[in-house]
Amino acid sequence: MHYGSRTTVGFAEQRIDAVEKSTGNVKYLGDKSFQGMLHAKVATSTEAHARIKSIDTSEAWKVQGVRAIVTGKTFPFPIGPILADRPPIAFDKVRYYGEPIAVIVADHPYQAKQAAGKIVAEYEPLPIVNSVEQAFQKDAPLIHEQSGQYTKLIDNVYPVPGTNIASHVKIRKGEFGKAWAVCKDTISATYSFNLSDHAAMETRTATVEINSDGRVIVHSTSQSPFTIKKIFNQFFNLDVGKVIVHIPMLGGAFGGKGAVQLEPLAYLASNAVGGKLVKLQFEREEDMMTAPCHIGFNATVKLGVNEEGKLIAGQYTFLIEAGAYSDQAAGITRAAALDCTGPYHIPNVWCDSYCMYTNHPYATSFRGYGHPELTFAIERTIDQFADKLQMDPIEFRLLNVIKPGQTTPTQSILTPNNIGDAAKCMTRAKELIGWDGKQPIVSENGLVRAKGVALFWKTSTTSTNAQAGAILKFEADGTVTLTSAAVELGQGTKTILAQIAAERLKMNVSDIHVTMEVNTQYTPHQWRTVASSTTFLAGNAVLAAADDAIRQLKRIGAVALQCSEEDLDVGNGRVYIKAKPDIGINIETVALGYKYPNGHTVGGQVIGIGVHVQRHLTPMDKETGFGDPGPWWSVGAQAVEIEWDESNYHYKIVKAVTVLDGGTIINPMTAAQQMRGGIFLGLSIARGESFEFNEQGVIQNPDLRTYQLMRFGEQPDEYIVEFVETPAEDGPFGARGIGEYGVIGAAAALANGLSLATNVELTQLPLTPELIWRTRRAAYDPV
Amino acid sequence: MIVSNTGKYTVVSLLVNGSSQDIMIRSADTLLCTLRNQLGLTGAKQACGNGDCGACTVLVDGKPMHSCLLLTMEALNSGITTIEGLRHSPVRQAFVDNWAIQCGYCTPGFIVNGHALVTEHPDAEDERIEEWLQSNLCRCTGYQEIKDAIKSALNANNLLDSNGIDTAEQ
Amino acid sequence: MIPFNFDYFKPETLEEALKIYSSEWKLGKKVIYLSGGTEVITFARGGKMTFDSVIDLKGIPECTMLEMQGDDLVIGAAVTLNRLVESNHFPLLSKTVRTIADHTSRNKITIGGNLMSKLGYREGILPFLITDAIAVVYGPAGTEAMPVDNLAAAELAEGQFLTQVKVAASNLDLPFVSMKRTRSSKVGYPIVSLAALRKEGRIRIAFSGIHEHPFRSAVVEGILNDETIEDQQRIDKAIAKLPTNVTDDFIASKDFRKFVLNKLLTEMNAVWEGSR
Repeated sequence: MHYGSRTTVGFAEQRIDAVEKSTGNVKYLGDKSFQGMLHAKVATSTEAHARIKSIDTSEAWKVQGVRAIVTGKTFPFPIGPILADRPPIAFDKVRYYGEPIAVIVADHPYQAKQAAGKIVAEYEPLPIVNSVEQAFQKDAPLIHEQSGQYTKLIDNVYPVPGTNIASHVKIRKGEFGKAWAVCKDTISATYSFNLSDHAAMETRTATVEINSDGRVIVHSTSQSPFTIKKIFNQFFNLDVGKVIVHIPMLGGAFGGKGAVQLEPLAYLASNAVGGKLVKLQFEREEDMMTAPCHIGFNATVKLGVNEEGKLIAGQYTFLIEAGAYSDQAAGITRAAALDCTGPYHIPNVWCDSYCMYTNHPYATSFRGYGHPELTFAIERTIDQFADKLQMDPIEFRLLNVIKPGQTTPTQSILTPNNIGDAAKCMTRAKELIGWDGKQPIVSENGLVRAKGVALFWKTSTTSTNAQAGAILKFEADGTVTLTSAAVELGQGTKTILAQIAAERLKMNVSDIHVTMEVNTQYTPHQWRTVASSTTFLAGNAVLAAADDAIRQLKRIGAVALQCSEEDLDVGNGRVYIKAKPDIGINIETVALGYKYPNGHTVGGQVIGIGVHVQRHLTPMDKETGFGDPGPWWSVGAQAVEIEWDESNYHYKIVKAVTVLDGGTIINPMTAAQQMRGGIFLGLSIARGESFEFNEQGVIQNPDLRTYQLMRFGEQPDEYIVEFVETPAEDGPFGARGIGEYGVIGAAAALANGLSLATNVELTQLPLTPELIWRTRRAAYDPV
Repeated sequence: MIVSNTGKYTVVSLLVNGSSQDIMIRSADTLLCTLRNQLGLTGAKQACGNGDCGACTVLVDGKPMHSCLLLTMEALNSGITTIEGLRHSPVRQAFVDNWAIQCGYCTPGFIVNGHALVTEHPDAEDERIEEWLQSNLCRCTGYQEIKDAIKSALNANNLLDSNGIDTAEQ
Repeated sequence: MIPFNFDYFKPETLEEALKIYSSEWKLGKKVIYLSGGTEVITFARGGKMTFDSVIDLKGIPECTMLEMQGDDLVIGAAVTLNRLVESNHFPLLSKTVRTIADHTSRNKITIGGNLMSKLGYREGILPFLITDAIAVVYGPAGTEAMPVDNLAAAELAEGQFLTQVKVAASNLDLPFVSMKRTRSSKVGYPIVSLAALRKEGRIRIAFSGIHEHPFRSAVVEGILNDETIEDQQRIDKAIAKLPTNVTDDFIASKDFRKFVLNKLLTEMNAVWEGSR
């Protein structure tokens, strides 16, 4: 396809939200308050696994200003996005420390909080499942006795009753057993890490008001406005059209705001006070302990090669720690399975991906949806295998990298159009990090320098009917208001969509006014703002809307200019005759219809509408995984250079390289922002982030003091970001999704570099100095 | 002596962004809470409530402080500056120009702290920049662009100082 | 947000502070003194502490002074950590408190608040422990001076509060070392933090992070000053004489804390060697 020379796509247009954000004027949900608003607070479980014997609310009721106290008895039914297994307020049992057991509504936040502290629950403790490994054991205590009876909301979720397995997803491609038997050489390795947190700077917040005519008005810090409507419809039996969801700009999300948790709580709270407006805003500790978090992971990877060093067999066992409820972990279990090999061509694949319940806070989607985790396991194994085979790790990767014509684990056929160029990414990353195979290097001052790489891929595992819509409404001055349900959470999506609209309409991007907030009452449906899918889905919808508007402009223009529509073109604020561009009219004279000199008007307002829906995606076969689960695979390579101090085991990150093939890049600066921010997030998690549980299953570090994010000065000294732009035929101007990708290879590249520097195989996260010290002591100085 | 009685609420006067305002507070209200709920100054963000992240940073007599760790009562005789009072700070513009903003939630805190740094230490070197800005967490950017923004504001500031006039305006 | 209400008082004299304390206390109220207040606010918000009345010491001149008086440096309890760093009267103290929390917090955290912290780190006390500093407290019995070592919250009588710390001028400019290691981020609680100086040829040293309280140990110091054994042996021997219950938690295991301490002592020796 040829679009001619571009004027805004491919250019670093300033983000349209930057100035307003810099002044502090942007209103996030927590910044909004309304006269008469009431405030909710959750009282939470002090046991990780226990039967609830009683909940005494009498002392809480004595607190002045308390208007309602809601317990699990009010709504004793499980809900969920994939498997309905979680009561919004614990009923009968609690399954994690921090789980809501009551919601208190009061006039002022401090009153609600005071009352929450006075709720007294009596428990009968049950044995705690405190790790994913324990959960997988045959005689492990059962967390969900009724898991076989839970309602399934989507395909591809397979609970195993009588176990803690919330879902078991299988991949069976080729004949793994036979291939394994003839491998020239094999390797097996196991990896693990705990649950961790999204730690978006803005904590989760929701408000709900129920009007007297039955309309339910929700404001939420959500990535999934239409999922909220769906869940309210499915579980509260409300008409979809009567649930109106507003989403302002979000203060970061990272997948954590895709889950629907606070909205049902606020709904039950509002319902308990006659529908009054109720606000529920989590404090940081609640956002970490009560709200959903990032999965924990345990993986065993077995790989085998033939004489040429080509991978011929791969077996993958993933234990995805879901925590107390399956939420999106059930979907992640599937996503990890369908991309289990990483971007390598392996003809014989056997994968068992298990979604495991434990008595920990429950997990949901996190930027990368299972891929940073599986990439850590795959890429560490690839490095170890290369070492065993005495091959250069990059050469080993390039020898096995997947290419068009080959198939994915689910046997999707790859084409030059649906997958980027992984080899090119790897080769470029190799150059940028200065890989020469000679490492580690010990400097005079005793510091050890080493480089680690990772190659990765990911498809966008949307639902098969995932879609987005867009409306382009022409204003009287000929400018355009763009409305879509893409949520601005910092990724710059509103700027990107404006650029796509401006490019197709041949207008200035400054003439596209974008509605920054989402209101489901007038924005068209969009699946969700997750899975790196928005540029692709909403971008294509914007293109369709632009084309629709152009048709309308030409139709009215043809009347005004007394010619046929085919003679006309639209651009630079005009509708004009192609052959004679000087003959035309300004768009403002047709934007609201064309008015003849005598006053008669034809046309009316130009409103372009467009929808884009995923095409030809299929669910996966239960026994083999066979299916087409995603539209395309973006691929990339990352490399990290570290400097490790052998004397104290601390290290610093010198350089972080990302090379991604995301198709056409719409805005190189926002794309680079995403890549830098992505690798930073991945490195931060890998370096120091992990929930630390005590024996009672209680998080020991539920705040940003003891749960340590990377701080200023601890980031890589240098970030390098480059793009390979293999266009996607069906993406807007050739774009694929990129939002999550920067994070995917970070932990793997860091662990590979550190393993080289420290001369031990690091198989756990986070990579703290103490972990390195313990691993080395076990290897070299066993007690 | 300053006294505020619980009964519940006390009327006090607070000097914010150059203007004095009478407000009704609980003794237990933090400055963050008062700025946001009583004065509608929501630029300072609640993010950790624990002094760990810097999203609520305001200037108290020119010094950056976590407004979540300050009782309003403690700030009564001080001049308070919030992000809303720093519209013309070169640091604010530098954040825009250097792509230092993504979700924007940490941005006001960074700009307020950065403004104090640039004002107090126009010659700040890397070590001092790091010491000051370690007080603020950002989850989106990876800090590179924030560092660029602070450095460019420092440079611009030096330019201004050496000429005695704002060359950027000409 | 703090979920309960309280009275707030900001007296201007020591006597006034005590008077308020007594009258509130007599009413059966729980009264606390507040210096920097960061820990009080944190604990109150997190449900770890409740009280009915707060007495803010920041309005009392004795508590906010920072000056040389005769042969002593007098540090008011309500002096902020950043003010200590910037004035730099006592370089070891400046360096040590500079690693507590973050720069913005240090505009609020006071030395008195750090010394009276309920958390076990209290790194601000380390320089005082090795300079025989005197804590000045005020209470129903008037002004009293005590060794800073005795300054644990439990040691103060009802109504007593810390007003000042005094350090002899002769101890302010001795050669020193101050070191801290954290889990991963530079801002954070210590795995080990130590402050040491050399006076009259002897090393004095105090530690935080490896035990539930900061401490200075005559036994450990004795070993570290025993020149009859070589460096590494001395360090190993000193570590063997640590209090038995070395902290073992998610920030660092007991063994790793000992390892880190070992390394820091080695580094410290290297610094002394270098300065000779």
